[in-house]
Amino acid sequence: MFRKLPDPACATVAVTVDGQAMRVATHETAASAALLAAMGATRTSPVNGEPRAPFCMMGVCYDCLMVIDGVPSRQACLVPVRDGMRIERQAGARALAFGSAETADV
Amino acid sequence: MSETFDLVVIGAGPAGLAAAAQAAELGLSAVVVDEQPEPGGQIYRAVERATKGPAAAALGADYAHGRQVVEAFRRSGAAYRPGLQVWQVEPSGEVLASDGQRSVAFAGRRALVAVGATERPVPIPGWTLPGVMGVGAGQILLKSSGMVPAGETWVVGSGPLPLLYMQQIIAAGGRIAGYIDTTPAANGFLAAPHLSAALRNLPYLRKGLKLRGALRRSGIPGHRADAVEAAGDGRVERVRFRSGGTWHEKPCDLLLLHEGVVPNVHVTMAIGCAHEWDERQECFRPRLDEWGCTDIAAILVAGDCGGIEGARAAEARGRLVALGAAASLGRIDDATRDRMARPLRRELRRHLPIRPFLDTLFRPRRGLTAPADAVIACRCESVTAGQVRETVRIGAVGPNQAKSFIRCGMGPCQGRMCGLTVTGIIAEATGRTPAEVGFFRIRPPLKPLTLGELAALGEDSGT
Amino acid sequence: MTVEADVVIVGGGLHGCSAALHLAQRGRRVVVLERRHVGRHSSGINAGGVRTMNRDPAEIGLSVAGMELWRRIGELTGDDCAFHAHGQIRVAETPAELAKVAERVAMVRRLGFEHEELIERDELRRLVPAIAPHCVGGLIVRDDGAADPYRTTLAFGRRAAALGAEVREGEGLVALERAGADWLAVGEHGRYRAPIVVNAAGAWAGDVAAMVGDAVDLRVRASMMMVTERMPRFLDPVIASVGRKLSFKQSDAGTVVIGGGQQGTADRHTEKTRINFANLAGSARAAIALFPLMQGARLVRSWCGIEAETVDHLPVLGRSLAADGIIHSFGYSGHGFQLGPICGSVVADLAIHGATNLPIAGLGLERFAAQAANGKAAGIGH
Repeated sequence: MFRKLPDPACATVAVTVDGQAMRVATHETAASAALLAAMGATRTSPVNGEPRAPFCMMGVCYDCLMVIDGVPSRQACLVPVRDGMRIERQAGARALAFGSAETADV
Repeated sequence: MSETFDLVVIGAGPAGLAAAAQAAELGLSAVVVDEQPEPGGQIYRAVERATKGPAAAALGADYAHGRQVVEAFRRSGAAYRPGLQVWQVEPSGEVLASDGQRSVAFAGRRALVAVGATERPVPIPGWTLPGVMGVGAGQILLKSSGMVPAGETWVVGSGPLPLLYMQQIIAAGGRIAGYIDTTPAANGFLAAPHLSAALRNLPYLRKGLKLRGALRRSGIPGHRADAVEAAGDGRVERVRFRSGGTWHEKPCDLLLLHEGVVPNVHVTMAIGCAHEWDERQECFRPRLDEWGCTDIAAILVAGDCGGIEGARAAEARGRLVALGAAASLGRIDDATRDRMARPLRRELRRHLPIRPFLDTLFRPRRGLTAPADAVIACRCESVTAGQVRETVRIGAVGPNQAKSFIRCGMGPCQGRMCGLTVTGIIAEATGRTPAEVGFFRIRPPLKPLTLGELAALGEDSGT
Repeated sequence: MTVEADVVIVGGGLHGCSAALHLAQRGRRVVVLERRHVGRHSSGINAGGVRTMNRDPAEIGLSVAGMELWRRIGELTGDDCAFHAHGQIRVAETPAELAKVAERVAMVRRLGFEHEELIERDELRRLVPAIAPHCVGGLIVRDDGAADPYRTTLAFGRRAAALGAEVREGEGLVALERAGADWLAVGEHGRYRAPIVVNAAGAWAGDVAAMVGDAVDLRVRASMMMVTERMPRFLDPVIASVGRKLSFKQSDAGTVVIGGGQQGTADRHTEKTRINFANLAGSARAAIALFPLMQGARLVRSWCGIEAETVDHLPVLGRSLAADGIIHSFGYSGHGFQLGPICGSVVADLAIHGATNLPIAGLGLERFAAQAANGKAAGIGH
């Protein structure tokens, strides 16, 4: 869908997008990284499972909700990438963690 | 606990930045709280970086002007708190914002809402498919990431932005497969009476003509259509459009939609400010006086969230509101305020006369906000236009009842993507005007926040 | 022109609509005057708890009788009202709290009711796997549940209308005057004459009572509610807490609805409400204490209704002390939703027969007079 204009001077960080390792510019957001990774749907609807992907890129539509570093329902278009970030597709309603990592970390 | 400022500005676009800079120059303490990591808002997004980046030349001089706005703000001494999502504004001027982990409070003697515009929702069949986005989203990717479309890209819609974006993409070496212009043919005729006023904005008109000329020379095929659909299995694969009564179908990897922009009114509505329906721009906007004051004393508004006027006007509005705030806080007298306001009002007169012409020329097509039954109106809850009509049939009198019945507007976007559509559908179904039908009641928080973060709120004073 | 009716009902909330339905079912001509629209305030936006559990002794009999109507709510209203009888549990976090539960169960048994029972840790965890591990048990009513409040209120209004009741939305009451043996209700747009008037005006019922000479000490309650994004199914029963202000349930959509009585602010005159986030934080803490998995759940919306509260937190249900032909049904103090169907039936009895077989002793206005007298006698009045 999109490609980057060549920018040799640009610094990069390493991220994984749905498990696929890639280097992206330091100024990318999780959503723009997902678009560059051409992963198609970045989440499925919690209502009916329809595939969805970033729509507005400015924090309004909430269609870019993804699991970022294990935290569900984050607005990927508002999350700047950082080295080692794990960006994952969100399936349906956000995952539940019964008294585990989620409650401990967040 | 909370930091106190004379002026707490929400939004780092031209209105907010100019207001904060002006306020700081007058000796007021001011802070700009913004969701994005960099100043500029959407219109000047990433302008500090991008004017040096690979897309710099393509983005053009109007965009580059944003750099002056940001530089003036950076020099002014006003505080800047990026990366914070405002989730509550009290009528007192207190602003609560989250960094995703913790909330911070800003106590403003005045709070300035300068949250700009959003793209008007474009509910067409298939608009929830991956690969369908706003033209504004495409342009944000160009500005902030230096990204241009790849593959078969179609631009659909009406207004200056699609023309500007296509020109920028061509200049950056990208390719657009085609442009589907949905501007109703009759609009040109209707806009003609406003042309003489618009002539006072000759530079704007020239720019518009230049854009159209550039589009013709670019060789991008143009079509005029009165209906458009996206289709595909799991992602957009085809675009269909009706032109002259005939349907056409083209392969498509990326479909960019745009039907103008509307004020982002969620903040002022949640606070409880009075709003009115703007007939010409077909949107709600807060009721404001000439100093950007709402009907709630501590709440001010500047820029496109108070009515669509464009970036340059927003800058002047921001400064005017700062002058008004300084005077109402007793920092300058009314005579000083009025004297300083004079050049700003002259500036506004340079940017505003073209608006009636533009608004009429690019008035959205009939039926845009009342789509066919099968079309999704509320993206979050996957509620169709037909379901909204059904609620009217069983007794819903307005958007809030429809929401209670079928959850339209109850998802995480809180009605930002469906509000105008739901109002439009109910207006059409009941034969009332959108002004009579009204809008969703906006319930706090303005943006979702975790229960853990809310729980931590009251604990500072205790343990 | 004056509209003639057998009964005029002031207020198109659940109680007004339920009274209209029962009266229309029994062949009476009814007009409902609703200033805004049906279900506009508390009736449409409360927590939707269908609860006989932990009621004041004065309400238990009525509440238990009310469950019979809830079990056939579809037949009664033509809509299932999204009613589910998944049970309600009041969770105890400490042995001391569980001891209180045991006392409560014993007290309810002494009154002759069997619906409340005590459960211990294992049963609690079986029914509520997501409950915090420290919780030791609780009070349960297994066939209590929850329904959709707005849908329910509308269903009552719609069925009443289908049975011939006239529901006038956008018609506020301006004055209530004697007209011979009848009452004349003067609305903003019309005039309505009937021998019986029902005051079901919710937070505004005190004004209506005053029009006929009944003085009632009514306060405004603005209980806050909040709801999260959709979550996978993890909870069936409605959860309350012995020691905390909490009501907690997962809706059909998967969203989690949290209330429990933390107060926002409401202005009866402007009909505007505001969330008090410092108080709402208390609800969030209570929810997380009982359900640690909620820590990272995202809150999407919060709101509060406007509801009348009496000094003893019990409703006023019965005939006027000051005037003939006036029946009061208000002051439900934040727990009137489950009572809506049965109280409509009580009002119909009172309107038609002047009396009811349902247990409403202790809910009439007389109690305030008695309380005032007792207070004076004991020297604790003013």
